[in-house]
Amino acid sequence: MTDLVGLENQIIAQIDAANDEQSLEETRVSALGKKGVVSEQMKSLGKMSPEEKKEMGPKLNGLKERINAAIVAKKDILKRAALEAKLATETVDVTLPLKTAAQDAGRIHPISQVWEEVTTIFAQMGFASKEGPDIETEYYNFDALNMPPSHPARQMMDTFFLNDQEDGKKRLLRTHTSPVQIRTMIDQAPPIRIIAPGRVYRCDYDPTHTPMFHQVEGLVIDKGSHMGHLKWVLETFLKSFFEVDSVKLRFRPSYFPFTEPSMEVDVGCQRVGNELRIGEGDDWLEILGCGMVNPNVLRSVDLDPDVYQGFAWGIGIDRITMLKYGMPDLRAFFDGDTRWAKHYGFKALDVPSLTGGLSR
Amino acid sequence: MKFTLSWLKDHLETKASLEQIVETLTMIGLEVEEVVDPAKTLGGFVTAKIEAAEKHPDADRLKVCKVNTGSEIVQVVCGAPNAKAGMIGVFAPVGTYIPGLDVELKKGRIRGVDSLGMMCSESELELSEDHDGIIELSEDIAIGQKAFEVLGANDPMIEIGITPNRPDCLGVYGIARDLAAAGLGELKETRPKAIAGQFDSPIKIDLQFDDETNAACPHFTGLYIKNVKNGPSPDWMQKRLKAIGLRPINALVDMTNYISYDRGRPLHVYDADKVQGNIHARMGKAGDKFTALDGKDYEPQEDMCVIADDSGAIGFGGIMGGESTGSQPETVNVFIESAYFDAVSTAMTGRATGILSDARYRFERGIDPNFTLSGLYLAAQMVMDLCGGEPSHAVIAGDPPERNLVIEFPWSEVKRLTGLDISNVEVKVILHSLGFFVSGMDEIVHISAPSWRPDIQGKADLAEEIVRIVGLDKVAPTPLPAIEDSSRQILSVTQKRVRQSKRMLASRGMIEVINWSFIPHNHAKLFGGGQNDLQLMNPLSQEMSDMRPSLIPGLLCAAQRNADRSLADIAIFEVGQAYKGSGETEQQFIAAGVRRNTATMTGGGRHWRDTPNQVDVFDAKADALAILSDLGVNIDNVQIQTDAPEWYHPGQSGRIMQGPKICLAHFGALHPLSLEALDVKGNIVGFEVFLEAIPQGRKKTASKPALSASDYQPVKRDFAFVMADDISASIIMRAAKGADKSLISDVQIFDVFAGGSLDAGTKSVAVEMTLQPKDATLTDEEINAISAKLIAAVEKSTKGKLRS
Repeated sequence: MTDLVGLENQIIAQIDAANDEQSLEETRVSALGKKGVVSEQMKSLGKMSPEEKKEMGPKLNGLKERINAAIVAKKDILKRAALEAKLATETVDVTLPLKTAAQDAGRIHPISQVWEEVTTIFAQMGFASKEGPDIETEYYNFDALNMPPSHPARQMMDTFFLNDQEDGKKRLLRTHTSPVQIRTMIDQAPPIRIIAPGRVYRCDYDPTHTPMFHQVEGLVIDKGSHMGHLKWVLETFLKSFFEVDSVKLRFRPSYFPFTEPSMEVDVGCQRVGNELRIGEGDDWLEILGCGMVNPNVLRSVDLDPDVYQGFAWGIGIDRITMLKYGMPDLRAFFDGDTRWAKHYGFKALDVPSLTGGLSR
Repeated sequence: MKFTLSWLKDHLETKASLEQIVETLTMIGLEVEEVVDPAKTLGGFVTAKIEAAEKHPDADRLKVCKVNTGSEIVQVVCGAPNAKAGMIGVFAPVGTYIPGLDVELKKGRIRGVDSLGMMCSESELELSEDHDGIIELSEDIAIGQKAFEVLGANDPMIEIGITPNRPDCLGVYGIARDLAAAGLGELKETRPKAIAGQFDSPIKIDLQFDDETNAACPHFTGLYIKNVKNGPSPDWMQKRLKAIGLRPINALVDMTNYISYDRGRPLHVYDADKVQGNIHARMGKAGDKFTALDGKDYEPQEDMCVIADDSGAIGFGGIMGGESTGSQPETVNVFIESAYFDAVSTAMTGRATGILSDARYRFERGIDPNFTLSGLYLAAQMVMDLCGGEPSHAVIAGDPPERNLVIEFPWSEVKRLTGLDISNVEVKVILHSLGFFVSGMDEIVHISAPSWRPDIQGKADLAEEIVRIVGLDKVAPTPLPAIEDSSRQILSVTQKRVRQSKRMLASRGMIEVINWSFIPHNHAKLFGGGQNDLQLMNPLSQEMSDMRPSLIPGLLCAAQRNADRSLADIAIFEVGQAYKGSGETEQQFIAAGVRRNTATMTGGGRHWRDTPNQVDVFDAKADALAILSDLGVNIDNVQIQTDAPEWYHPGQSGRIMQGPKICLAHFGALHPLSLEALDVKGNIVGFEVFLEAIPQGRKKTASKPALSASDYQPVKRDFAFVMADDISASIIMRAAKGADKSLISDVQIFDVFAGGSLDAGTKSVAVEMTLQPKDATLTDEEINAISAKLIAAVEKSTKGKLRS
């Protein structure tokens, strides 16, 4: 009778000693293979008496199972060790820096961003966004806006004119976005609620003026909108735009040919160090011009000023951009310096919204 | 418009403080631009006595003075030639702000000698332009007093901005009237008395106009004064004129300036002895020529109103008189002119001649036509008060122009336009105080405006008068009612495309710039523009002369400016307008960009992960297609043509077409000659996407069609073809995809190469075909059949061969 215990100890020792999958396999074959020692023992069962079989059967089966389990367990350990060794060779320096992702590198110009902010705020109040051509006729830029040829304001606008035209009509670069008022009132019947952002041009170039800049015009025409509504619209806009709870405004009587009564609006502000805080404070900053649409303008588009009324305003987009985001120099807006754009610009996914916050 | 507080109080009885007056002026539309209050600006200067003045040891022109300031004796180094012991002057201690020098005085050490303050000239106090020497006060002036009081400079100066509609406030009297209406005091109403003439003027006036031109000068009055004695004007007048920045000259000239600012009434004084014959007002005519008071020669034209004597033109009416007949210090007999000149014709003559004068400034805004004769009497009286003399009877030609405007005004108009609730009585009081005449008792009254308010044309103007006097702060903000049609489109299709393309390009690592809409003429010509009707008549510079036909030249120049700052690898874009012509439909929105050197979408510059790749035409193509795809173009259906405009590299550029006619975009490497012409260096690719060219989709519903995803495994097969190397990939793609439109779901080109074992002039193109079975797994026979079709189609269209 073979010493099963000794056999088992011997095989288990071999399994323990196996240090790779190959030697473990050799141990398995020498024990459990067709001619393995355990298999040979199993074969001897057939020659045994029923009593012997009854005793040796379970013993041998138990032995076989235990060896099998030991092999499986060892196999797992060896596999894991091999993988760990392999992974160890695959180590990289994860502190190496990455390139800036495209969506982090790109920038939206502050003018475009503010343009969207303004559109978003006014959309909430029901204002659609309109545009008109930069190259205008004198009719849309001046005549229809109550500025006949003799009007002194017409000379004060520093207008760029184009060379003589084939059709004989004088062409100019619009000096304000107000021609879009006329175009809208011709195209569309009241009630009208629009804003008109766009490029405008005046021949003026110094630290605070560029020959091209951006304005946003606003126009409301219906049968009942008065100066109180105008005040509310501007107050609501300025609060939303500057993202403050309240804003101190001062309306001063002024003069524009296309509005009557006309007003200039100053906003309360305060200088704290280099920062200009808009909304509160003892200083005033002129921020926009506005007024009730002049009856002559309404007549020029065949609206009866005794029936229809409304108001209009114009804001410098570049100017409110500088005020909100703190750029010191207007001329840098149009210089294309990518260092400036990286610093003051916005990322592609910084889309302004009223729910998510205008400037986040 | 400048004036002083004491001047204002000549016309306004008021107890209001300077601060109240300044605040009120702004709130009624006369915006205060500057206040110079000597008590604030000159408070630090004191009278002081130079006790001793000795020559500076190291400088011949400097003196070392011992100055007694009343409280101490300080040492001051002074360079003024008139500084001497015993004189009383004005002293500024260390720390004083010197307005004329715009510095705060610091302790000085001049050539080794300490100087603890400064003896001042009038220019340093901004009292005059006199800087020849320090101020010398009379010897009986006490020392240690506030200098501005001793100098009589205690009158605050106020400067207001006058909008073009308010000519009535170009005189102090008009400003006083507005302030009185606003409740700040009582207007001291004064009407100049008629002059009792002692003889007939030897100079007569003749208006020589025809029916077309008589509006230019409908009313002309004059008065002759003999035996005047011209000389300096009185001190009080000089002080006021100096305070508003005018230089006193002599009594006759100062008087006209004074009345111009006091009443907004321009005048002219002739030396009567130099006027030949009578005075005529007429339009200019051939041969007219005179030297104006600015010393320049003018030749009046037929559309300009001139004043002439029997010798010819001697001045422009309402703008500037002539040198030959102007009053002089030694003038003895004068002829005073007070006339009404039309605003429009004055403005046109003023612009044509370029002359800027206080007279033109007032006439072209419209002066009070009913004050012409009063103004004459006021001037004559002042001449006699200052210079003596005997007056003639007034000479009067023509009549004041009449303005018979009566406005029918419903009281309700105030509320309709301003939202203000205000009683009719209050409205009436305001209008009266401003000089309006109100008649009627009903709901609608009749209102006529005073002669000095040419700006009042209708009801809205009256509403403005009410609201500006009541105060704009009384208008309550009122929420705008919600709009009924709230589903209206906010942005136009183009506006949405502009916005979306900007965000798309930024997400591709590009930086947005905004360039001028105008570019140099040679740039415009090189990029498809430069035509005459897109050139500015009055450009600011040669660099800004033409409306841009393309966004590319501006981007190239911006790229170069960055490169000049050592930012070589940049990707920038602009979405904006370009101009094909000057018509309103010829402006088009374009999304354009350039990438320079290694600025691909994965970022420029060197990096450990990849070798730096120079940008090429495919980077630009990818940008253009990304925008188009984002804007709803099916980019599988666009065609690429190789005929991009001449500013691109002829072999590395293309045009993206939708159908044969619609060009959606250009892309490519820039032509070396274009870069050279713009003085731009580097490897640059660019693209232009024509946002308005994209056909509008027919999408009517937000809902998407059901997903069709097959359960059967897709099958892939690769093929390589050899063909002539000028066969474009689009031909291969189209042939391969067309081989079986229902089963071939995708075709990719995964390899292109030339050289090696290939014949010269040929290339190998490897294609991967993907088959997507829909109803059943494909058999080998079916796959082979489709493969054969693909091979045949590609071979046919490329004249190439399958590589075996």
